[in-house]
Amino acid sequence: MTPHTKDFIPAAQVALADPALRKAVLAGTMRPYTLARQLLDETTDKEALRSQSRAARIRALRNLPTLLEQLEENMTRNGGKVLWASDAAEANRLILDLCRRKNVRLVAKSKSMVTEEIGLNHALEDDGIEVVETDLGEYIIQIAGETPSHIIAPVIHRSKESIGSLLTEKLGMPATDDPSEMMRFVRGVLREKFLRADMGLSGCNFAVAETGGICIITNEGNGRMVTTLPRIHVAVMGLERIVATWFELATLVQILPRAATGQRLTTYINLIHGPRRAGDTDGPEELYLVIVDNGRSRILASDYAEALLCIRCGACLNACPVYRRTGGHAYGWVYPGPIGAVIDPLLLGLAEAPDLPHASSLCGACKDACPVRIDLPEMLVKLRGEPALRKKAGFWAHVAMQGWEVTMLLPPLYRMATRFSHWFLRAWTNDEGWIRDSWGPWAAWTKSRDLPAPAPILFRDLYKKNWKS
Amino acid sequence: MVSIFATCLVDTFFPEIGMGMVRILDHLGVMHNFPEAQTCCGQPAFNAGYPAEAGMVGRAFGRAFAESEQIVTPSASCAAYARHHLHDSRVMEISEFIVDVLGVRDLGVRSKAARAVVHNGCHGMRLLGLGPQAVTLLENVAGLELLDFERPEECCGFGGMFSVKMADISAAMMDSKLDCMIASGADFGLTGDPGCLMHLNGGLSRRGSPFRIRHYAEFLGGLI
Repeated sequence: MTPHTKDFIPAAQVALADPALRKAVLAGTMRPYTLARQLLDETTDKEALRSQSRAARIRALRNLPTLLEQLEENMTRNGGKVLWASDAAEANRLILDLCRRKNVRLVAKSKSMVTEEIGLNHALEDDGIEVVETDLGEYIIQIAGETPSHIIAPVIHRSKESIGSLLTEKLGMPATDDPSEMMRFVRGVLREKFLRADMGLSGCNFAVAETGGICIITNEGNGRMVTTLPRIHVAVMGLERIVATWFELATLVQILPRAATGQRLTTYINLIHGPRRAGDTDGPEELYLVIVDNGRSRILASDYAEALLCIRCGACLNACPVYRRTGGHAYGWVYPGPIGAVIDPLLLGLAEAPDLPHASSLCGACKDACPVRIDLPEMLVKLRGEPALRKKAGFWAHVAMQGWEVTMLLPPLYRMATRFSHWFLRAWTNDEGWIRDSWGPWAAWTKSRDLPAPAPILFRDLYKKNWKS
Repeated sequence: MVSIFATCLVDTFFPEIGMGMVRILDHLGVMHNFPEAQTCCGQPAFNAGYPAEAGMVGRAFGRAFAESEQIVTPSASCAAYARHHLHDSRVMEISEFIVDVLGVRDLGVRSKAARAVVHNGCHGMRLLGLGPQAVTLLENVAGLELLDFERPEECCGFGGMFSVKMADISAAMMDSKLDCMIASGADFGLTGDPGCLMHLNGGLSRRGSPFRIRHYAEFLGGLI
């Protein structure tokens, strides 16, 4: 997926001007947000569960190299093969080579954000391989020629009516706006693909180092089809998507569905430990696990390692008042919302996404919603202060900030500046003390709000007059 | 003796909020002073990614209040910044000071019959657990009825520099908040954050709406 993260501001304007999108995204985020709060509250001790989940993720990051080696050893013992990719290009090349060697013509794919990140579909399609997304939401995205706008609910930006007409237009579905009718129709189309596919491609919510297996958490049966019907199963995971023990997996499996969709458990929790064994009635002949770094080890070594605690539940997107207004496409890459505003610049480079760290009012709703309590506001502020982004703000922003600092350090100057501004702005101030038009840095404010004029007399002067301290 | 930290917004734009707070302190018999070396706590620069500049202003804040035992402020967001980033545990938000420190839950005031909605600023609510204190004081105002409204915990879109850097998104958030508050049927809104108040009233003035957001210190002080 080609990043358009530099265009956040204009792309957000487009989204803000689209009432249908705004309505769909607000409803689509409020539903899981409200449910997630209820379902976390009903646990015996929500904060203890969050602490345990966070601790499991911290242990995974702290012992990452050891755990990854242990994972490889145990997965190999189980009959799977582990492939290592240092970046997107290497990951795509490894999977493409495998497809060529094994004569793969059709790939059936279940939901995976990391394959979106590395642009795997395009890499395979460029080689003439047919790739079919089989998660309902991802399939709709694929036939619409769009990209996912939410990491859990990829078509959150569309209403069910618009999805219905898309399916009718592209696939000849009899017109309906009943989601279960649509699902039945798509299921029929996809069933044939599952049976014909040479390779099943999946993501991986967690790999378990101790057992050498992977866990896929999903509400759709396609995950099981993709990982059992085709003769080859390839799972792709980000380097950090690992837990040390089966016990810790159990902790995270309790919290992820609650935080993501407000469910106690998803419909399916798939635990996969190797390919088909002698005597098994189904399962692939071969299992590959592709472990992708693509910038993650660089983040791990930086001040932003906490961002790698993320379990990709999407709770911060649902809680974010910015995401609720713009949806995911405005962010310009695979990871939108508060977590995207942090990891997109880190994965792509600060210069590629200079505005994303500013795409937050720092309200803290994301941190509150995060099941592993990632301090996203703190990281956003830290990113804003990175020299590369400070430089991007320009010379005049720097001058303004220095001017502000000097004024705040000198109370008499601060008082004089306020009095002068009040006097100077009189001509533009209405009877109620509001300024409707302004220029320079204030123009952005008065585009949609009136600006209060400084008061005729400062509080400090009133205080001195009335209450001598 | 408490020291008043007016905050730069109240000092320069909304002195009536500071006056309301002083009236409440007088009503409760609390001695107060105003250290004149104060300006700002530094939060705007910190949040904009200028920690060094914010640090200079934050240290000046510490010097201005060097003699103070307890600091009271009419801004929940500034109180949260002072406590969390300047690690200054002396700073209390006004409703917090009245209810949690003084133990006063009822100011014994009455208002003419009115219905209001309360907007809690994000930093006070999420970093200091503020909200219940102001609601307690307001519920005990005879004649005032507090109403519920949709998505009360959602940010109003001010966010300091966010309001100009991401002006269109900020305005969209503001419009959502104002629509929800007005749809409640309330006569006016109340808040403890001068930043939210400046932003929301700026939007209401632009709309030509008669609805207004008032600071609860100014509102309560006016009833004394």
